[in-house]
Amino acid sequence: MTTIAIPELALVALVGASGSGKSTFAARHFGRFEVISSDFCRGLVSDDENDQAASKDAFDVLAYIAGKRLAAGRLTVVDATNVSKDARRQLVELARAHDVLPVAVVLDVPVSVAVERNRERPDRDFGAHVVKRHHDQLRRSLKGLGREGFRKVHILNGVDEIASVDVVRERLLNDRRDEHGPFDVIGDVHGCRLEMERLLDRLGYALVRDDEGRAVDAEHPEGRRAVFVGDLVDRGPDTPGVLRLAMGMTASGHAFAVPGNHEHKLVRALDGARVQVSHGLETTLAQLGQEPAEFRAAVRDWCYGLVSHLVLDDGRLVVAHAGLKEAYHGRASGRVRSFALYGDTTGETDEFGLPVRYPWARDYRGRAMVLYGHTPTPDPEWVNNTMCLDTGCVFGGHLTALRYPEKEVVQIAAEQVWYAPSKPFPVAGGSTVAAGDIRAGQARGDDDLDLTDVLGRRVVETAHHGRISIRGENAAGALEVMSRFAVHPRWLGYLPPTMAPVATSRRTDLLEHPDEAFGAYAEAGVGEVVCEEKHMGSRAVVLVCRDAATAARRFGAPAGETGVVHTRTGRSFLDGHLTESLLTRVRTAVGEAGLWDELGTDWLLLDAELLPWSLKADALLREQYASVGAAARAALPAAVDVLERAAGRGLDVADLLGRTMARRANAEAFTAAYRRYCWDVDGLDGVQLAPFQLLAGEGSTWHDRGHRWHLDRIDRLVEADPQTFRTTRRLVVDTGDPASVAAGVRWWEDLTASGGEGMVVKPAAGLLRTRSGLVQLGLKVRGREYLRIIYGPDYTLPQHLERLRERNLGHKRSLALREYALGLESLERLARGEPLWRVHEPVFAVLALESEPVDPRL
Amino acid sequence: MHNERVLLTITTTATGTTVASDLGYLLHKHPDRVQSFELPVGTAHVFYPESDEQRCTAALLLEVDPIGIVRGKRFGGDGFALAQYVNDRPYAASSMLAVALGKVWGTALKGRCPARPDLEGAALPLTVTVPALPCSGGIDLVERLFAPLGWHVRADAVALDPEVPRWGDSRYAEVTLTGTMPLADALSHLYVLLPVLDGAKHYWVSTDEVDKLVRNAGAWLGSHPERDLVTRRYLKHQGVFVAEATERLDALDDVAPESSQPESLSAEPTAGGDDVEPATPLVRLRSAAVLAALRDTAAHRVVDLGCGEGALLRELLADPAFTEVVGVDVAAGALERAERRLGLERMPDSVRARLTLRQSSATYRDRALEGFDAVVLMEVVEHLDLDRLPTLERSVFGHARPASVVVTTPNAEFNVRYERLAAGAMRHPDHRFEWTRDEFGRWASAVAEAHGYAVELRPVGDVDPELGAPTQLALFRRVDLRQDGSAHSTTEGGAA
Repeated sequence: MTTIAIPELALVALVGASGSGKSTFAARHFGRFEVISSDFCRGLVSDDENDQAASKDAFDVLAYIAGKRLAAGRLTVVDATNVSKDARRQLVELARAHDVLPVAVVLDVPVSVAVERNRERPDRDFGAHVVKRHHDQLRRSLKGLGREGFRKVHILNGVDEIASVDVVRERLLNDRRDEHGPFDVIGDVHGCRLEMERLLDRLGYALVRDDEGRAVDAEHPEGRRAVFVGDLVDRGPDTPGVLRLAMGMTASGHAFAVPGNHEHKLVRALDGARVQVSHGLETTLAQLGQEPAEFRAAVRDWCYGLVSHLVLDDGRLVVAHAGLKEAYHGRASGRVRSFALYGDTTGETDEFGLPVRYPWARDYRGRAMVLYGHTPTPDPEWVNNTMCLDTGCVFGGHLTALRYPEKEVVQIAAEQVWYAPSKPFPVAGGSTVAAGDIRAGQARGDDDLDLTDVLGRRVVETAHHGRISIRGENAAGALEVMSRFAVHPRWLGYLPPTMAPVATSRRTDLLEHPDEAFGAYAEAGVGEVVCEEKHMGSRAVVLVCRDAATAARRFGAPAGETGVVHTRTGRSFLDGHLTESLLTRVRTAVGEAGLWDELGTDWLLLDAELLPWSLKADALLREQYASVGAAARAALPAAVDVLERAAGRGLDVADLLGRTMARRANAEAFTAAYRRYCWDVDGLDGVQLAPFQLLAGEGSTWHDRGHRWHLDRIDRLVEADPQTFRTTRRLVVDTGDPASVAAGVRWWEDLTASGGEGMVVKPAAGLLRTRSGLVQLGLKVRGREYLRIIYGPDYTLPQHLERLRERNLGHKRSLALREYALGLESLERLARGEPLWRVHEPVFAVLALESEPVDPRL
Repeated sequence: MHNERVLLTITTTATGTTVASDLGYLLHKHPDRVQSFELPVGTAHVFYPESDEQRCTAALLLEVDPIGIVRGKRFGGDGFALAQYVNDRPYAASSMLAVALGKVWGTALKGRCPARPDLEGAALPLTVTVPALPCSGGIDLVERLFAPLGWHVRADAVALDPEVPRWGDSRYAEVTLTGTMPLADALSHLYVLLPVLDGAKHYWVSTDEVDKLVRNAGAWLGSHPERDLVTRRYLKHQGVFVAEATERLDALDDVAPESSQPESLSAEPTAGGDDVEPATPLVRLRSAAVLAALRDTAAHRVVDLGCGEGALLRELLADPAFTEVVGVDVAAGALERAERRLGLERMPDSVRARLTLRQSSATYRDRALEGFDAVVLMEVVEHLDLDRLPTLERSVFGHARPASVVVTTPNAEFNVRYERLAAGAMRHPDHRFEWTRDEFGRWASAVAEAHGYAVELRPVGDVDPELGAPTQLALFRRVDLRQDGSAHSTTEGGAA
């Protein structure tokens, strides 16, 4: 029985005359959607599967569908006669355009069989001459199929073989997704055997030496494997030694390797091709000349057999010598190989005659980590989840490895400059130029955000609430605010989520009451909740660095900036000078509270309220609130006056007069309510910060800690600097205990009776999930008087309240949950040190969601 | 149901030929009755706090329904917009009072008095009081509007909050008008000028406002010294109140609504401005200078980055030499307005085909903007915070890399020439900075140096010998391109 192997990702062209059994064959061996039939496409565009006049349109449709499938990495089978060279050429081009392997499967049956089959099908009215012509075309094509660009050609002869053949799928050579590591990925060695041995030793590998003392293998006691990024050869002192070790390690399964451009050239040289012997190839050839011929042959075969790139660990790690853009991961084509070996170039050359490399990593937005070498850099640096590990060992730099998944860099300094570079190589920590200076002079690559990172309809993957869609028009609405009013994205690691109010109270004289908050959490199975006082300020996010060096290193901050204090839409609260003064106070208090060390971070993100509200909202208070108060103060007494005079004349205005006098009292209450939010500040005098959550630091977020953990630490900040920090009053309530609930209600009543804004009720445990998903971060319960400045002076009148109670909270709640999850996502990405665009994505999404039309009073 | 109070009173006294209580005939409302009228804006009550032969006062008290205003589609269309429940409409004598006046005293407004034709057109000694009259643009505007019509005006400012003295006065005045004239004239003055004084958004939608203005003010507006202001304000802000996303976000951040900002945001003189009018307004000189710079570089494919409502786009489209014009703005709303203003719907296909409008941002890299002949940044850079400028430089000069870039920005030194501008203030409230010639020159040189451009600085507008021109322009050209636009390798580059 014949077995043919089809790559898991390929464009399979079935080739055979009409009636050769292609559709039957396809249906037996491939999935329903994997096969695209040209007859079907003809039917789609012309209502007639046999309308040859529609063939061109039908092929366009077929090519479009096939293109979408291939772009998504799906095997695609084209069921068409494909007996003409031109038809096949189009399919080969399609495969190449998507960097998948083109494969031909020829179904060769005698003409008589094909003619007979067509006769049995009433829908096929073309005659035997057509089938005969197909057959002749096929015969003529057979010999040249391999040269047409198909990577594999399977020819099935006769009805029996076609019926009995077995089709198996084989994975691509670059597909090592089943290898999960851990790995130690090692940069360009270039014949530096000594440094290579030391690095392996430093990484914990035990070297195995042969009788002559030459290292021929290395094994890690914990089963770690090395991955060489290529360019093991050339320039350095002992290329044969390096190869011997690397070849031994790959043979024993202790290492993987991808080829570099130098291995590629070496193979051609060893094969006798006329290559320019330069860039260190001369040293390799001289060194290999000292070795036995068998070794040279083994080297040639080993280098030749290396696969251009490797996809490892379920696709989470990609290793390629010169890096690889996402569209090429797991693909196979000439240009994929060329990119992997040589990288992307702009086509220009620099002043030293070297090709100008296109900085593909700056545009990289892929999920897989890409590790590569090829371009010597003084320091390994993360650029959008990619890292170049070539630190110029042979030029006197370092040999670098990255531990995966730990992301830990391990380096060995070069013994000496082994080979003079054709342009000056800036060595990290070297005497001529300090690495820091170089970086400061360059734009940090990952600072560049692309419009496609934020605009248009987008889906953000969140760890806590799944995929969250952002509508295009909402993103459009947020773009201006983000571009023109928000602080620099480097500082914007988090925007606070909106918070839903409690369900409307059952009590007819109130809109909001704690009962509904405790009840809602009890129903969700949350026993312990924390009531936190709602401060009469503005929501503020504080990002503070321990020192200026941290700010520059971690956030790319310009001189003089050590953090930020921003609003819920990302605007700076204070001018630069005052911001820094406030940050200095925060920094000092964090230090005095011992939090830098306890939390193991040198920057800290805090969620807080900044008081007074008038600091930010003075214009709003003046224009909107005081203005209403002034108008009411002017209008109502005059109205009372004329009504009283009318009443004095015996006119029946008693009702009107009564109502008007009540309004006057409400207007006064309204004025009293907003006045509590205003006080004068002078510089920072009078400004207070009331933090209520520690959001993130290096490597950590703390949203799974209970609120008491947060408040305990924040209390220490207040203790350290009671002038700058204000404490957040709180009460823990057990929603299952009626006495505790009653105490919670009393606490709220006291708080709001004395002018307080209200409280927020949160699950005491912090981040909480139930069977129905993420639990609301908190529910706000606002006080009766405070709501006057939200709903107007007279909202408490029964006829108003009655209408206001019909408020729809569903959308607001769903929005609050989505923003909560996006906030957590950005914090986790920030803490993990992910690229700027990855942090910016959920941050921008929160702003976009906030531009959705929702009643702003909720 | 209706709860709030807007008040206006009209008082008259006896004359040789009339008794005060004749006011009841003229208003068609009996002095001894309390009458109520349901109106779209609320309930209007008419009653007389005093009425005898010597002295008679009619009061119009409008009870506005504030929640109805917010929730109803009629007055705003969008219950989620900034149209707050917290709103001065319930108290302030605004357009709503004018509406009520027109409905309740419509016959009197037309000057007709079927019951007593002898009273039609009779001049009466009148006193009008409005306790909370919103005055946009200063309290003296009441005097400027009413005095030319024969009123003696008394307007006392109302403090914003007596307990917060630093806030000063509110925009409301307690107003008393006294004068002798036919009642119909007085009512027509109030009907037209109350909304004009308010100047805030009108919450009703109407298509025949011009007719109304002509009908009610035709007799006196023509010779009124503030005719233009009256006409402009009366007809302003018509149409549906469109809540934009940015406004919602403003609201989140407790930014005061737009109405609080001065009427004209730019301090630069325009035609009809307070300053001595230059021969050609600066805005025209500026676009002419930009077009000249583009023509000097033989640019055909041009991006106007920060195109706003499309003033420059219009001029670019007028010249077929600009074969491709891309208008880019960060605000989606601005692009929609540009689309309307440029009349995209009615544009001939050949012109339409040259224009693309695109939302984008100079602080993000946008591949769609790569490969053009020129990018224009006309009065754009000063609207970005200084710390975002390096990002703009990278996206425009580093990534988009057009053959030339034209940048204009105010010359801060020239600001002292603007009388309306306080010392040290900037020309527009949104300007984040304004540069002197030296500062702009240094920035331009540094950018050119860093990105491989050569820069030429040009003044725009009349050059003051000491202060320079009001606007400064920088023309950047890529040094690696020949004049014909083809690329050649850089001098040190050698063969590719």
